[in-house]
Amino acid sequence: MQPYIKHTSIAALMDRSNVDTDQIIPKNFMKKVERTGFGINLFHNWRFLADNVTPNPEFELNKPAFQGAKILVAGENFGCGSSREHAPWAIADYGFNTIISTSFADIFFSNCFKNSILPIVVTDEQLAALMAEISGNEGVEFTVDLEAQKVTTPGGLSISFEVDAFRKESLLEGLDDIAWTLKHEKEISAYEVEHKKRLPWLWPSA
Amino acid sequence: MTRTMYEKIWDANLVHEPEAGSPLLFVDRHLMHEVTSPQAFEGLRLQNRKVRNVHSILGTIDHCVPTKDRFNIVDVIAKKQVETMTANCEENEINLYGMDSNQNGVIHIVVPEHGFVHPGMVVCCGDSHTATHGAFGALAFGIGTSEVEHVMATQTLQQKKAKTMLVKVEGKLPAFSTAKDIALAIIAKTGTAGGTGYVMEFAGNTITDLTMEGRMTLCNMAIEAGARAGLVAPDQVTFDYLEGKEFAPKGDHWPVAVEYWKSLRSDEGAEFDAVIELKAEDIAPQVSWGTSPEQVISVTGLVPSPSDFTNDVKSQACASALKYMALDAGQKITDIHIDVVFIGSCTNGRIEDFRAAAELLKGKKVADGVQAFAVPGSFPVKVQAEKEGLDKIFIDAGWEWRDPGCSMCLAMNGDELKDGQRSASTSNRNFEGRQGKGGRTHLVSPAMAAAASVAGHFVDIRDWK
Ligand code: SF4
Repeated sequence: MQPYIKHTSIAALMDRSNVDTDQIIPKNFMKKVERTGFGINLFHNWRFLADNVTPNPEFELNKPAFQGAKILVAGENFGCGSSREHAPWAIADYGFNTIISTSFADIFFSNCFKNSILPIVVTDEQLAALMAEISGNEGVEFTVDLEAQKVTTPGGLSISFEVDAFRKESLLEGLDDIAWTLKHEKEISAYEVEHKKRLPWLWPSA
Repeated sequence: MTRTMYEKIWDANLVHEPEAGSPLLFVDRHLMHEVTSPQAFEGLRLQNRKVRNVHSILGTIDHCVPTKDRFNIVDVIAKKQVETMTANCEENEINLYGMDSNQNGVIHIVVPEHGFVHPGMVVCCGDSHTATHGAFGALAFGIGTSEVEHVMATQTLQQKKAKTMLVKVEGKLPAFSTAKDIALAIIAKTGTAGGTGYVMEFAGNTITDLTMEGRMTLCNMAIEAGARAGLVAPDQVTFDYLEGKEFAPKGDHWPVAVEYWKSLRSDEGAEFDAVIELKAEDIAPQVSWGTSPEQVISVTGLVPSPSDFTNDVKSQACASALKYMALDAGQKITDIHIDVVFIGSCTNGRIEDFRAAAELLKGKKVADGVQAFAVPGSFPVKVQAEKEGLDKIFIDAGWEWRDPGCSMCLAMNGDELKDGQRSASTSNRNFEGRQGKGGRTHLVSPAMAAAASVAGHFVDIRDWK
């Protein structure tokens, strides 16, 4: 995984709530057997006109000022719906590495961390202030410092956010989750021995 | 100390809780389908890792399967996905009810039919509707593909403990109200984010009165309330359902297992982080009007107006939903005309669902211009329905009787709405474009869907002839 490094980047505004995974990546693009190349399909149904190729000029992310944005600022309950990891894959592949909202759906939230994306939870007031700053100055760049757990803006906002210590470390170092877990191989094997005794009917030899 | 059922399952499955890092939870059962697994197998191969406990996995192929002429998958990429799943399972000796199995069907229908999930288990699948299996008192939840890979390699998940919510439903349901209506009524109350961070336990006499099929429908929709999982305490209904099934404990193991399962229910007086209560009497048949499952109202209601919501976000969401759905505020729900009716999915694709719909369709005909199709959740459901003659009732009423699959629940298999078409659907999501780009979905129970197919619009089945 890519380590997450402090950065200053354009923040794009998506003033919508309940952005669901069917919008993030419509299912007709989920048939690939690879992890890469989904960015082109991100928000497909909103992003393109009926001919499926012409960018929809009314869709916010198509604004010239938001091109190259790495930070996405969106309304509450972002990422609700399915467990498809194709959603964070598409978001990362498009170029975002940070999403700021007041709340995220559980599965989406944990999927982000597996893909070097930092989901930041802020309060209603903080979100409104961040959104206002973008609307008033489209193309504005925010600074996200995961180490210090802070988002700062040219408009003078300085917002501290919470992040689970383990997830923070994994993001900063780009750790492989499986490798971390396998360090506990001894505990897993011991658990399995006990499990087999307790619930023998769940094991093939029983 | 008293514990909730969630806490008991958590404790029993906790492998390790390191001081720094994440708790590791043991996974008893891992379910799999073709859409969310290929990248996980690829990841294992790249790292030269092996599947740890092959016996814990059961797979099906369901999302991409056409329900007419099922072997003829036209989309080359979908075909590749099906082939990849088949090859991955063969290579790893994973038990797969594949395309040519007479047990094939939607994963969350097939798994219970074989008694693969038991109370107290931790169950996961790269699919959010894994919540379905909470009906057995198992902690069942959806995971992403990276986690699918993680479970295959380690048999564990890095998990954070969830909060607990008790959802209590008491009383007798009105005639024609079903588990689906309870689920929709709960989501209307909590909102689609109301359950975020929680595991919901459904309790109360209305819930214990439900059959296993009904409990599965209810838990299936827990994810639409944002909950990580739903749970129903195991009882005699659960044990009777499981007994004798292929993967159920046998012989001397059976009484030991039942004893253990009985110990799982939440202790008297156990504390939940949140409690909500509903009266069954208040739950009339429900119809969703918007593009989120929380945008739902009883069939006797009117389409709301943005000004009915005091919360800005909800008011704005209402306005954009009305626009997408092409509905007017104040319109009667029973005046909404539909083009397509779909009965199926892991929410309502079980035998009871087809019985309930057939009951209403007997001797009736589908309205002019309405296309209606029934998609059994699995081949065993299809065979059973045909044994009972239900297929004839559907066909005589002008319905199509299809082969199993996810079908128009998510429309990545050829079954879909055309731009602007409106459906009455027994599935679980009414998101924009879920059933086809520009398609408009109304979520309902099977009986409500059946009646709508005949009338051409929604009707209150309680006084419909
Ligand atoms: S029927 Fe629908 S919700 Fe269920 S597994 Fe298939 S696509 Fe998912």
